[in-house]
Amino acid sequence: MLELNRDIAERIKLVKVILLGCSAGGFQLTFELLSKLPSGFPLPVIVIIHRSPKYKSAVEDILNDKGNLPVRLAMDKEKMVKGIIYFAPPDYHLLIEPNGELTLDYSEPVHYCRPSIDISFESFSDVYTKDVLAILLSGANEDGAEGMDYVSRAGGITVVQDPDSAEVKIMPEAAISRTNIDLILKDQEIFELMDAITNLKSHIS
Amino acid sequence: MSPDPHHYDISFDELEEVISLVKNIYEFDFDGYSRASLKRRMSRIMQLKRINLYDLRSLLVNSSSFFDEFLLEITVNVTEMFRDPGFYRALREKVLPYLSSYPKIKTWNAGCSTGEELYSFAILMAEENLYDRSFLYGTDINSKVIEFAKRGVYSLKNMKQYSENYIALGTSHTLADYYVAKYDAASIQHQLKKNTLFSVHNLVSDGVFNEFQIVSCRNVLIYFNTELQNKVIELFYDSLCPLGFLCLGSKESLRNEKMAKKFKVIDKVEHIYQKIA
Repeated sequence: MLELNRDIAERIKLVKVILLGCSAGGFQLTFELLSKLPSGFPLPVIVIIHRSPKYKSAVEDILNDKGNLPVRLAMDKEKMVKGIIYFAPPDYHLLIEPNGELTLDYSEPVHYCRPSIDISFESFSDVYTKDVLAILLSGANEDGAEGMDYVSRAGGITVVQDPDSAEVKIMPEAAISRTNIDLILKDQEIFELMDAITNLKSHIS
Repeated sequence: MSPDPHHYDISFDELEEVISLVKNIYEFDFDGYSRASLKRRMSRIMQLKRINLYDLRSLLVNSSSFFDEFLLEITVNVTEMFRDPGFYRALREKVLPYLSSYPKIKTWNAGCSTGEELYSFAILMAEENLYDRSFLYGTDINSKVIEFAKRGVYSLKNMKQYSENYIALGTSHTLADYYVAKYDAASIQHQLKKNTLFSVHNLVSDGVFNEFQIVSCRNVLIYFNTELQNKVIELFYDSLCPLGFLCLGSKESLRNEKMAKKFKVIDKVEHIYQKIA
């Protein structure tokens, strides 16, 4: 059973947005995590996954059908609201404005990736500072490690999938070796964390 | 010791100061630009140049050649030939046949960067036998990218990648028909350049300069806030002839209701609109 210490629990109560990044080997877990979020989930969820823009991906549509929350590709200058899952569109970086509007960006790929996890994590951290909870799962490159470090320095909560339970360890290991991560969790514990977030946030709102 | 990346960071408040500094000295107004994107671009310049905020301010005040570089770096100049082949297919199938009876087809590529998109339009016009009647205007805020676009010389490595886009469009030619390769460079053929004109134009401060049958502005509006996006779309509206076509990027659309009413959707997926009122 996942046990959160008091400090983390208190910080979770303040969180305003959940960020989730993954790449190779992380899609299945991402899908299951998102599809189990209850309707009326008290936070917006931003998802950055690496995928080719050349092939149309149906992950948002399937999630929309199977899950409890509305899922959509982030639109430019759309106001981010709680209870919605936003995916970064393939081939664009996803940023957030200080006024809470999502912004798309077509600048250079980072670590050969667009969307880049680093870029999104940094942008959300710039606006929401400590009130960010960032989760990094399985992946085959080091995108995300710098973003996690950035979130951590701003006082946000960092969560990494235990490399031993990740299909591809490179991404979680890169983050762990770079930053003092708050929670390194096995798959089951990540599900429990999402439940805990739901409970902690629901009690205060 | 590796440098602390935060050393080169800039806060949103500091960003406002730099924006007003640039406005006062150089009369470039970035007020309507996306703060999220600008902040990232400015941190990037500071990292590249290894300068802190103090240095950045003093370079901006004291060096107009630094400002040229600054301008180049804070705007995004990433572009491709035939990016989104589906868009060019829609242009070929839904827009060009409509314009084929026109004596002149003037296209404005706003925010043309280094010219790849404008030359893609030129190729499409040539293939539809419309090139001789076409005038293609490319404008950008940056004089450096305009010079680059005029030369029309691209790396052969990039051309190979653009070739894939071009093939996906489905034509009987190959992209190599349109450039001359020399060592590792590909230079756009002279015949394709003769009806093109590149010049500096700032969408924030400059107005209508001609009347066009097509205005294409793709992946530029995303760097603006909603207010500036609306203002620029009005500029495009005013620049279009009656029944002229407006082409936006794959993630940009006419969401402002007042403007949306003045256009008809020609292709919903590729964001092509026609001025109807």
